[in-house]
Amino acid sequence: MQLVEFTDSGLYCKTGQFYIDPWKPVNKAIITHAHSDHARPGSKEYLCHHHTKPLLKLRLGEITVQSLDWNEPIVINNVKVSLHPAGHIIGSSQIRIEYRGEIWVVSGDYKTENDGISGGFEPVRCHTFISESTFGLPIYTWKPQTEIFSNIQQWIKDNQEAGKISVIIAYSLGKAQRVLPCIAEVTDKIFAHGAVWNVNETLLNAGWDLPSVKRITPETPKEEFKNAVVIAPPSADGTPWMKRFNPYSVGVCSGWMQVRGNVRRRNTDAGFALSDHADWPGLLKAIKATEAEKVFVTHGFQSAFSRYLNENGIASAEVKTEYGGEEEEQEKPSTNTQQEDEINTAGDNA
Amino acid sequence: MKAFANLITKLGTSTKTNDKLAGLSDYFATAPDADKVWVIALFSGRRPKRIISSGFLQLWCMEIASLPAWLFEECYHTVGDLAETIALLLPAANQQSDNTRLSFIIQRLVEIEKQEEAAKKKFVSDTWMQMDKDERFVFNKLLTGNFRIGVSQKMIVNALAKTVHLEPNIIAHRISGNWDPFTTSFGELLSEEATSADVSKPYPFYLAYALDSEVNELGREDEWQAEWKWDGIRGQLIKRNNELFVWSRGEELMTEKFPEYSSLKDLLPDGIVLDGEIIPSIEKKPLPFALLQTRIGRKNISKKNLQDVPIAFFAYDLLEFEGQDIREQPLAKRRALLEEIVLKIDHPVLLISPVINFSSWEQLAQIRHSSRDMGAEGIMLKRKSSSYQVGRKTGDWWKWKIDPLVIDAVMIYAQKGHGRRSNLYTDYTFAVKDGEKLVSFAKAYSGLTDKEFAQVDSFVKRNSLEKFGPVRTVKPELVFEIAFEGIAASNRHKSGVALRFPRINRWRKDKKPDEINTLDDLKKMLEVYGK
Repeated sequence: MQLVEFTDSGLYCKTGQFYIDPWKPVNKAIITHAHSDHARPGSKEYLCHHHTKPLLKLRLGEITVQSLDWNEPIVINNVKVSLHPAGHIIGSSQIRIEYRGEIWVVSGDYKTENDGISGGFEPVRCHTFISESTFGLPIYTWKPQTEIFSNIQQWIKDNQEAGKISVIIAYSLGKAQRVLPCIAEVTDKIFAHGAVWNVNETLLNAGWDLPSVKRITPETPKEEFKNAVVIAPPSADGTPWMKRFNPYSVGVCSGWMQVRGNVRRRNTDAGFALSDHADWPGLLKAIKATEAEKVFVTHGFQSAFSRYLNENGIASAEVKTEYGGEEEEQEKPSTNTQQEDEINTAGDNA
Repeated sequence: MKAFANLITKLGTSTKTNDKLAGLSDYFATAPDADKVWVIALFSGRRPKRIISSGFLQLWCMEIASLPAWLFEECYHTVGDLAETIALLLPAANQQSDNTRLSFIIQRLVEIEKQEEAAKKKFVSDTWMQMDKDERFVFNKLLTGNFRIGVSQKMIVNALAKTVHLEPNIIAHRISGNWDPFTTSFGELLSEEATSADVSKPYPFYLAYALDSEVNELGREDEWQAEWKWDGIRGQLIKRNNELFVWSRGEELMTEKFPEYSSLKDLLPDGIVLDGEIIPSIEKKPLPFALLQTRIGRKNISKKNLQDVPIAFFAYDLLEFEGQDIREQPLAKRRALLEEIVLKIDHPVLLISPVINFSSWEQLAQIRHSSRDMGAEGIMLKRKSSSYQVGRKTGDWWKWKIDPLVIDAVMIYAQKGHGRRSNLYTDYTFAVKDGEKLVSFAKAYSGLTDKEFAQVDSFVKRNSLEKFGPVRTVKPELVFEIAFEGIAASNRHKSGVALRFPRINRWRKDKKPDEINTLDDLKKMLEVYGK
């Protein structure tokens, strides 16, 4: 039974009359997480996890939104709906839908390693699983977070010795908060770009405990940056906004940094392959754990990943979505970063 | 291998020349001598013999990682580098390393050269499983290819200069030419005795930058010497101890490739080094570069080949005379001596690259327009008082090339690039119109900015029609101006023409696909310029 249809507006549950992460305005939208390619404006009603709610409001403004806890089922038009941790960013959830014994799960974006703030990924048994595939090639196998964190810490120390400011490029929602504890272990001089700071404030107001950061404004005296660590979104990288940190070293945190060519193209001083998406072994492990009979593969390396699943006894098909193109955009269009209050609206992170 | 892998990582990702230089200097200051010799060798294009085909490496990697061939291919096209793909796909190391030092690994490679495939496989797999990702990457590079990672010979030379306290010019000379990293020690390599003992040793080439200002800003006309800029292979012709050597600018000893030159051995005086162009020529007129390629690409040169494409040497400088290094003398003096020698020998294989007479810059600009008729790609300008310097230097020598030929074409195929273009569609095939059909005629990989490449990449991803392996056929919509240096008839290409050095000149966003050039336009160009 086709519980979820793939329509022009997005993933649609006809029986329940709701959409999941629609890319066009609809009546009822269930949102997996607050990244802008999954949470788009204009829908009448939103449903998401408690943790996602304030972030959704930050991104979409005044909206009608209901929120749930994980594993707290509700019924919408006879369809049972529940949210389960996806481990991607704070509040990110898989959506489980059940109708007359048929169970489908939409993954949204997910990662299987527990990063300490996003909630540990919970495998959910189902008949059909709709999985992302951002890093669906075996070249993408991540090192454990502890190892990457110690590399980042070593890099910060090296920069401090060389008298340089460390500028860490991380998505304002998700990656930025994830690396904060790692940075806080080596320094308490942490500054944030306005886009990052806004997200942090929202989370602090919602009761999250985050290491404190100072907001960078045009008035922040340059001397204060000495030996500091700065967290900035990708859209700020390479813009005149960075000049104030001279001399500095840039470290990009992104799964794409796994491949040397990408590090070189970014013209960055250091690349840390720290991703909020599942790596190849993570994707395979997650899919096996669902025991799904059928797997639909969305945004990423869907054709290769889907073929691999089919060859290994898991029936699979590709699905075209608007969560990024064939391969999720690597370089985000740079927005006007002169405006420091601006929220980083660039899509999903990696 | 760890130290060397770290160096490669640093050089590969560093964005600043000074950081690269510091990385190299640190390495030279701390690494064992045997490893240093190999680093110099590798970065100057000398590498150990290839003993394992990359096909085998791929096969063994697939076996260890239990991956199907198609998935390996998919990964390779995304990464854009075979050595790195393998490094990424292998499972984490599970063996203790005994010795993975650079020189040790290379020694082992020599030892297993003659052994069975099974022995090679064991060595490679064991080594892989003792290494981390970065070490594997450089190990695979050793096995498969060169180390082209944005390190110029100049940088190596400067780093060495810092370590051993010698002038960069002296080092450039000492590490050039015919030395064997297997038998040369670090001390020997940089010693004066070794340099003078090597009779084949060429001088580092003096290279010119493209003229970037108005020609009349160079000052007085009579201070400058103008010559044609030939489209051949830059080379040095050396005779010492009654032996003849021919070096290419790529520091390849090419004496055997060009048997024509052997007749000069008895004619040239001993202790002489000529700088000039290796170029096919009939009756003193140069032939197109495409013909030269038929000579260098071949292992064995046939009689017919020798007849059809006879090679000459267009001499334009004299670096050593009667065993004396005369590079410090002014060009005017070197040139006079050169003319004297070449005229006296009077042999069709040794020609003098003529000086162009001109009295005003305007006149020279006029003459430059006839470059293509001369079989040249422009004009060289050299200050008459200049010494023969080392490497690419600005100021005394300039190349003043003619504008390239251009044609408007539409992109029809795209493929992902390599290196820093990993996972981006940056390699394109272009077509011209032939009635209603499109005919592909050129591939080009360069000429767009990173931003433009990102835009085209996104277009390709949204507009691909079909997938043939790594190649996407793309909706013929984007128009580009393709520039090239020359055109020749070719039966290997559907269009019937082969272009010399095609690249993207600019993106013609103002043009629609039905406004591009036609196959007839190309054929007309072939008529005019391809003879």
